[in-house]
Amino acid sequence: MKKTSTVGKSNRTVLVLLILGLSTIIFPLYMTVVIAFKQPSEMTNSISGILSLPSVWSLDNFREAMRVTDFWNSLKNSLLISVLTVGISILIHSLMGYTLGRNKSSKFYNFVYLFIVSGMFVPFAILMMPLAKQTAEMGLANWFGVILLYVVFYMPMNIMLYSGYLTNIPLALEEAARVDGASTWLTYWKIIFPIMKPMHATVAVITALAVWNDVMTPLIIMAGSSQNTLPLAQLNFQSQFGTNYNLAFASYLLSLIPILIFYLICQKQILNGVVNGAVK
Amino acid sequence: MSNHENERKRTFMLITIPILALFICFNTIPLIRGAMYSFTNFRGFGSYDWVGLRNYVDLFSDARVGRSYWFTIKLAIVTTVVVNVISLILALGLNSKIRAKGFFRGAYFLPNILGSLVVGYIFNYFFTYIVPALADMTGIRALGSSILSNPDRAWIGVMVVCAWQAIAMNTIIYISGLQTVPEDVYEAGGLDGATGWKQFKHLTFPLIIPFFSINMVLCVKNFLMVFDQIIALTKGGPAQSTESISFLIYNNGMSGGQFGFQSANAVVFFIVIVVISVAQMKFSSSKEEQL
Repeated sequence: MKKTSTVGKSNRTVLVLLILGLSTIIFPLYMTVVIAFKQPSEMTNSISGILSLPSVWSLDNFREAMRVTDFWNSLKNSLLISVLTVGISILIHSLMGYTLGRNKSSKFYNFVYLFIVSGMFVPFAILMMPLAKQTAEMGLANWFGVILLYVVFYMPMNIMLYSGYLTNIPLALEEAARVDGASTWLTYWKIIFPIMKPMHATVAVITALAVWNDVMTPLIIMAGSSQNTLPLAQLNFQSQFGTNYNLAFASYLLSLIPILIFYLICQKQILNGVVNGAVK
Repeated sequence: MSNHENERKRTFMLITIPILALFICFNTIPLIRGAMYSFTNFRGFGSYDWVGLRNYVDLFSDARVGRSYWFTIKLAIVTTVVVNVISLILALGLNSKIRAKGFFRGAYFLPNILGSLVVGYIFNYFFTYIVPALADMTGIRALGSSILSNPDRAWIGVMVVCAWQAIAMNTIIYISGLQTVPEDVYEAGGLDGATGWKQFKHLTFPLIIPFFSINMVLCVKNFLMVFDQIIALTKGGPAQSTESISFLIYNNGMSGGQFGFQSANAVVFFIVIVVISVAQMKFSSSKEEQL
């Protein structure tokens, strides 16, 4: 009996500590919301001036921030790039992962596997200058070029995930289809692709999060195209806000809202996906 | 049957060729071009000459490059230690029998999904206005001015922001590690008198070493490539004290007329990343074998 009571006590301590720890996460977000709704005249240099609730909950800052950062256009670009990258990645990377995973005994395919997977070690820093030149030469200095680059950057990681997952799928499934006369191509799309659904979810989550928040690739590739992604819009318009922090914070909040909604809806899938991606 | 074999082989080849070509076009070729530019005095535009190894020789005597390596490596090591210690403690807390476990896990993961650029901007304000105002109120003189404007301390601000986001990720990985530890291990250990710190050191930690090495690899790699946080917090300043390697390559290579020179820097950076990654993988696989 004594044991259970001490366990209960220590758990209450843990609970209190966890709630206190949570303040380090809530505070910056609270600060963002409060400042985003205030007017510059309400901001004084004291803590209470900065952190008190706004006197009026007005959406004016958000309207202005949307106009200055061309919010809807940036949102559209970010969505377009993320959705297409995830879609193409799932189709192409799973196909390549399957091909390489099923030919482990072949020297050629083994080499291709190692060749692509070792691309994981290549830092973007060494690719960015040549890529900026190359995409410009090829007429790809736009959102389409950015998608192509993402499909290539995430290929090593995703192929490793897919071909790893494939070792759990018995060959007998494909052989049964082959006996029925189905081609390899058809067998893949009819049988293997649907079976890999859990891995598709993992790949979708990690690719989407990485693409959505990426700054560097669009910065280097799209800088001259007069098109923005959400992070790029924040970067480009930072100087225009000057000292109007209220406007700046309204735009920060706007750019965080889509991913927050996504997280609220698919929290479980996101947590699973992130863990699977890292652990496998 | 051999007809089928041929069909299968042909399909695999037809899949491999275009995808491999895409990879070579946007990964291998730029890598080779980058390495080639490192032997030139290319400024990013106009004509250029081959200069042999001069860029590499200059690299090792360039104080600014040296400082960026020192800053990046210091940041990576300190942040990795801080993040892993806090994440482990947090994961132990979140894995104990508490109420609203799901809510806490979800909430503690939140920082990781937010874009690091915007997070950097928010913390920039926090360091510039909130911390000094708090210091005024409490009378702590040392924090009276923004740490981001102090060349000796600005790196701490960068560290805090990197850690704030990375802790979320590492904690969730440690939790999934702790969940692989079966209950009866603790029960058996409890009979032998292993509780608290002893239990953690001798029972729990050895069992989650694979997850520890995943976190180490993730941390070191991410922090060595730090870029967004620098742009948002300090832009490399003050007095070039927080220029990460990626930032320096971007800043001076893309717009500073040092395309060739920074390409050499990027090649060295690439080699550093490969050496560290391989060393880490060797180390963690030998650790895992011991178990």
